[in-house]
Amino acid sequence: MISLAGRDILHASGKFIFTGVGLGLLIGVTLSMAGIYRGMVDDADTLLDNSGADLWVVQQDTLGPYAESSSLYDDLYRGILTVPGVAQAANVTYLTMQVGEGAREHRAMVVGVVPGGPDAPGQPQYLVAGRHLTRGHYEAVADLMTGLRLGEQVRIRRNRYKVVGLTRRTVSSGGDPMVFIPLKDAQEAQFLKDNDAIIHQRRRTAANPALNRPGQPGTLEAVLASQTVNPSVNAVLVRLDPHADPDQVAGEIRRWKRLTVHTRAEMNEILQAKLIATSARQIFMFLVILSVVSAAIVAFIIYTLTLGKIREIAVLKLIGTRNRTIAGMIMQQAVGLGIIGFMVGKIAATLWAPIFPKYVLLLPGDAVRGFLIVVVICVLASLVAIRAALRVDPAEAIGG
Amino acid sequence: MAEAGLGIRIQGLHKRYGTGDTAVEALKGVDLAVAPGEVVGLIGPSGSGKSTLLKCLGAVVEPTGGRMTLGNDLIYHDGWRIPDLRALRRDKIGFVFQAPYLIPFLNVTDNVALLPMLAGRPNREARAAARELLAALDVAHRAAAMPSQLSGGEQQRVAIARALINRPPVILADEPTAPLDSTRALAVIRILNRMARQYATAVIVVTHDEKIIPTFQRIYQIRDGRTHEEAGLGRTLE
Repeated sequence: MISLAGRDILHASGKFIFTGVGLGLLIGVTLSMAGIYRGMVDDADTLLDNSGADLWVVQQDTLGPYAESSSLYDDLYRGILTVPGVAQAANVTYLTMQVGEGAREHRAMVVGVVPGGPDAPGQPQYLVAGRHLTRGHYEAVADLMTGLRLGEQVRIRRNRYKVVGLTRRTVSSGGDPMVFIPLKDAQEAQFLKDNDAIIHQRRRTAANPALNRPGQPGTLEAVLASQTVNPSVNAVLVRLDPHADPDQVAGEIRRWKRLTVHTRAEMNEILQAKLIATSARQIFMFLVILSVVSAAIVAFIIYTLTLGKIREIAVLKLIGTRNRTIAGMIMQQAVGLGIIGFMVGKIAATLWAPIFPKYVLLLPGDAVRGFLIVVVICVLASLVAIRAALRVDPAEAIGG
Repeated sequence: MAEAGLGIRIQGLHKRYGTGDTAVEALKGVDLAVAPGEVVGLIGPSGSGKSTLLKCLGAVVEPTGGRMTLGNDLIYHDGWRIPDLRALRRDKIGFVFQAPYLIPFLNVTDNVALLPMLAGRPNREARAAARELLAALDVAHRAAAMPSQLSGGEQQRVAIARALINRPPVILADEPTAPLDSTRALAVIRILNRMARQYATAVIVVTHDEKIIPTFQRIYQIRDGRTHEEAGLGRTLE
């Protein structure tokens, strides 16, 4: 059986390819939108993977440390270490801020960790260059996305840090690259005030008669000294013994330490259902709109191509061609256009994905689903043209 | 006059468009018969019912009354019709139009072979039959060309080959020479005569073309929805 659609596509290949490329760019945008969503989910997964934690201990009744602010005393981890099933516990702070100066400034998540090896929770799991943090101050390990290089100095708040290690795919749930610095420095960067604010605070404290009582020397100094240190961290990351039950250990910590504890599953739920849910809905709306626009374009193109062949269709019907042959020809052309468009779109999305500032993850499964959706859209879009073709009266081929 | 049961024969064919006061009687009892191998002309002024008659003969418009037979098959009889008009058009009627209306995205061979292919005949067999016909019509050398690469006369010969491919008992030609000059117009009529004889096909040529009217042995003149048979000049074509 001869393929009328195939012959028509070959005959007008320039028109089909040109139209397919236009459609393909639109499909490429659609695939990229799906890739952006997948990238966000993957960023969230990566954030949890990179933390190296099984449990997140945070301030009571908060969703911290990624979704809400959380503040804990930095000595609580000692008590947590005594809970059965806990193998390791480490303080950590997270602060999203601008890192660097001038043109080299980047949005980054500054992570405060206790200097040590990659085995401790919160540490970057692997490096692509340099070494881990070993000193208590002024060293940094940065993600490659920050653009920082080994040995470079980076300014965070009032201090400068030397980049001693580089890592990759360590990002916040928002896709910002991470910069790891020693915990003490991070606490200072996060909680301590600037010099002017400290002077103002000291003046206010000295003016407070309750804190600066005549005849009680040393009280004011003690109060001021307590204000210059900050013993807070955002969370304690807990790694469990290999056979420990996360829910059971989390329950023990909640019961005895009166803190909120999130398991990996709960943290995943917080990140995906709360943090990126709105963005996901936004992207879904874009996907729906782009799908409708793609369908409208395919329908319009196929309808226009069909109207251009009305006389030939009338002749085909007059000489006895079955309606289903004509409908098949139009539908195959629409699907052919969709296949060209999908191939162009897939190539385009793959080529431009690395240029996006945030991670775009193109999954093979999404490509297969996208292809099937494109085919369904093309089939539906061809129905308008098929209806027009089937309404052609074969008598139109005969003059008069 | 053709014998009943051979070629094409219609008796008392009526066609009414619309109903009530607005009804228009386009055909008012048309009689016509064409024998296998015969080429007749069908002429008449605009609005006389020519196109309606051609559409009834071509099984694209159903008459409201009368009888039509094609070969030994009864097609219409006072409101009854054979169930599958599409298959009838495909297998029993060949069409040649004023413009060739070849399918622009198929080459010459496939344009001719399309009908048997659509009917389920193997492609190789259909193409072989098409090439045979193209050779008979002296366009075998253009078998691989696309329609846009042919001259008007070549396109019309390919259209005639397409009409003949299923060996139909009747060919309906609607102004087949209108866009052609005298030489090419007479060449087309010559081919139709030759093919009619060679394949025992009845050919009805609807025309206004003064150049070819003298070539018919018989002419049906249609006026006010009725046919009047006249003897043609039958001028020699050789």
